[in-house]
Amino acid sequence: MTAVEPQMPTTDERSPVDAVEVGTTATKVVAGRSRIPWRFLGGRAAFYIFTLWAALTINFFLPRMMKGDAVSQYLSRNRNVSPEAADALRSLLGLDTDKTLFQQYLDYWALLLRGDLGVSLLHGLRPVTEVVSQALPWTIGLVGFATIVSFAIGTIGGAVIGWRRGSRLEALIPITTFLSTIPYFWLGLLAIAVFSVNLGWFPIGKAYGVGMVPGWNLEFIGQVIVHGTLPAATIVIASLGGWMLGMRNMMLTVLDEDYITVAQAKGMPNQRVLWRYAARNAVLPQIQSFALSIGFIVGGTIVMEMVFSYPGVGKLLLDATNAKDYALMQGVFLVITLSVLVANILADIAYAFLDPRTRQTEA
Amino acid sequence: MSTLEVKSVTKVYNVRGAGQLKALDDVSFTLTSGRTIGLVGQSGSGKSTIAKILTQLETPTSGEVLLDGTPIPRRGRGLRTYRQQLRMVFQDPFASLNPYHSIRYHLERPLRLDAVVPKSETEAEVRRLLERVRLVPDAVIDRRPHELSGGQRQRVAIARALASRPKILVADEPVSMLDVSIRLGVLNLLADLQREEGLGVLYITHDLATARHFSDEIMVLNQGRIVEHGPADDVILRPQDPYTQELRAASPDPERFFADTRGGAR
Amino acid sequence: MPDPLLTVRDFSVVYDVDPPVAAVKNVTLELQRGEILGLAGESGCGKTTLAYGVQRLLKAPAVITSGSVTFHDAEGDDIDVSALGAEQMRRFRWDKISMVFQGAMNALNPVATIGAQLEDVFEVHRPGMSRKQRREAVAELLEIVKVGAQRARSFPHELSGGMRQRVMIAMALALRPQLMVMDEPTTALDVLVQREILRQISQLREEFGFSVIFITHDLPLLLEISDRIAIMREGEIVEIDTAERIWNAPQDEYTKTLLSSFPRLTGEKGVVVR
Repeated sequence: MTAVEPQMPTTDERSPVDAVEVGTTATKVVAGRSRIPWRFLGGRAAFYIFTLWAALTINFFLPRMMKGDAVSQYLSRNRNVSPEAADALRSLLGLDTDKTLFQQYLDYWALLLRGDLGVSLLHGLRPVTEVVSQALPWTIGLVGFATIVSFAIGTIGGAVIGWRRGSRLEALIPITTFLSTIPYFWLGLLAIAVFSVNLGWFPIGKAYGVGMVPGWNLEFIGQVIVHGTLPAATIVIASLGGWMLGMRNMMLTVLDEDYITVAQAKGMPNQRVLWRYAARNAVLPQIQSFALSIGFIVGGTIVMEMVFSYPGVGKLLLDATNAKDYALMQGVFLVITLSVLVANILADIAYAFLDPRTRQTEA
Repeated sequence: MSTLEVKSVTKVYNVRGAGQLKALDDVSFTLTSGRTIGLVGQSGSGKSTIAKILTQLETPTSGEVLLDGTPIPRRGRGLRTYRQQLRMVFQDPFASLNPYHSIRYHLERPLRLDAVVPKSETEAEVRRLLERVRLVPDAVIDRRPHELSGGQRQRVAIARALASRPKILVADEPVSMLDVSIRLGVLNLLADLQREEGLGVLYITHDLATARHFSDEIMVLNQGRIVEHGPADDVILRPQDPYTQELRAASPDPERFFADTRGGAR
Repeated sequence: MPDPLLTVRDFSVVYDVDPPVAAVKNVTLELQRGEILGLAGESGCGKTTLAYGVQRLLKAPAVITSGSVTFHDAEGDDIDVSALGAEQMRRFRWDKISMVFQGAMNALNPVATIGAQLEDVFEVHRPGMSRKQRREAVAELLEIVKVGAQRARSFPHELSGGMRQRVMIAMALALRPQLMVMDEPTTALDVLVQREILRQISQLREEFGFSVIFITHDLPLLLEISDRIAIMREGEIVEIDTAERIWNAPQDEYTKTLLSSFPRLTGEKGVVVR
């Protein structure tokens, strides 16, 4: 026994030695202790605030590192912009060089905190916040929904496959992983070709029918669902393999643990052992992956949006990059950064709740 | 004749969020060649910390360790020399040998690094070391650790420790992970080697019985302090300190148990 | 007056690997009601395989190739353990025979509280109990093993090794089984904690009257706590007798070898030549 377990001296007395207490390393249980690990979360929060600041500062520097003056490009195409407007635009984009860098940085923060992300040159000088917030719900809604569905099916499937080791269900693993290796645009185009063009079950693209006005009515919602089915389905098919494989592998590791044998020795029915003992432990790393993938929803679906002409954030970013619309690019980067951070925070919180052991580790 | 002196060593760890942890508190003892000191302690007593300090993996918060009158160097050639003179045998025979290398490699390395013998004699010295630990050289020299039994692995670990011709050997629970029937064999080997090489041995263990048979003196460690220190038989058979008395009472002792029950009711 | 609780006849287990390993060879054994039987031997002798085997807890590639296990229930029937169906076996488990596992480090579900893990024994085996009754039963168990009822809301990693082991004992005691199989329950613990736990086991045995099969390699320990001891080697029981006779008059050569491997704490010296 060479492992040194820290012995916390509870009192200064040396004797008598309580045989029961010797070897006790448990932290004292305080009655009514809160389940929320405040200390742990507090530490994480501080870290995230720092990360946020760092990300926003990098965001500040990004357009300044790019070549070309977007404003003059714009002006060369549109003559009817007043000089004052042009100046304001430069100021917003931080391209006015008669201010010190530090002053520009302060201005940038001032604008940010006001919620002013500038105007989009590409979209007729509409505020960036407006442009982005129009596209964001589509991306989050569709891709978020698809990711959740994919995660749920993959994780539950993986748990069952891992439990029934060696059964015929195992074949699902190579099938789903194969599907996830198919280049997404090809899968998307194939889906369109089969289900939209040939069978005519689904429309070819876009989020809703041409000429429809968005509104909270049944007809619109119906259109959204119909238009969103193919994109969502293709995303699910493409990503299912990863979830299933990960969960299955984790299940196999967990099933080798002693507490599973103990549970079975206790006469627990199989269902209980599967879900409450095995899956409950195996899902922990999956949660981490899930949170990270949420973060990438916002920025990572450009291919899907191109194939299906879906009016999401990815397409916005692509167009902005091509047109050198720096304000819009900056705005989209900001949104992506924020969403990744938020996703990470949610993951940490979820993990802290799900795995009681993390509450003890230092942030 | 070599002397290892531990003088008033204290080691305090700062545990984030839980204050300070005193792993060792004013520990002092002297180990001379040809003697074995048994250091008895339960988990958390600090016995591993002593091993770490002696092998310079940790430095004391206060107090000092002297080998032959000179303090242990912190770095450089002096430290290197010190490490040749004080070697350690670890508890886990599975973990202390590199699974990718042959036994020959394990023994050649210290010989080469410490330039113990001229290069041309390395192979012969490896064989000699294996014979000293009562292994048949040809049977093990080209094997990998996983092909050997636990007892054989531990003997290789001992051979490796002896390669640099040390003066002091620190044995940290050397037999507790071995099968019961081979433990005494390994302990007897250590006793023989100690006699033949004139080593000073620090035998760290939680087991009172083997400590009594293997050591000349015993120190009992409780929460970082030495609560009793004396000749082995005195400490085990006539313990003065209440903690030692409790340890003795708690250790299985069929000899006394059956002697008692023969006289009285169970 | 012999009052057998468990009769094991001609029991054999083979590990179906290449080449096949005979882990348990034709073991015959009769455990009395209320008896503490020590099962001693070195690693690989088959003691754990035997203990798991009689409860049908072995997993592939272990195969029971012969033998019968009969449980003489206190309620009167003789149950042929090998003939029980899956559902019957599940209900038999823990109710009649329970187990205390080794290395409670990993034997408890890390994401569930102690209380929840104790409660689910009642949930599954005593469906008639209300939530309140279950909570009370769990509190009582934790008090019996001196862990304390307030620990019900703790997680396994918050307890020391000794406390976790006591929780395992509480769990095994939950349904008041007639036999408790303990696999190296004190091996990883300090000698002081070990003694305390052994005392507790004896006390519980006095109070509740169950039998114990105590598996360990630590023969001196067994000599002090067992009624009888079975020495196992390479899958066979080489000697089985009362603790006192094993100590004073061992018959088999291997028993003598095993005994001599443990240096005497207070007896004569000489095993290590100095």
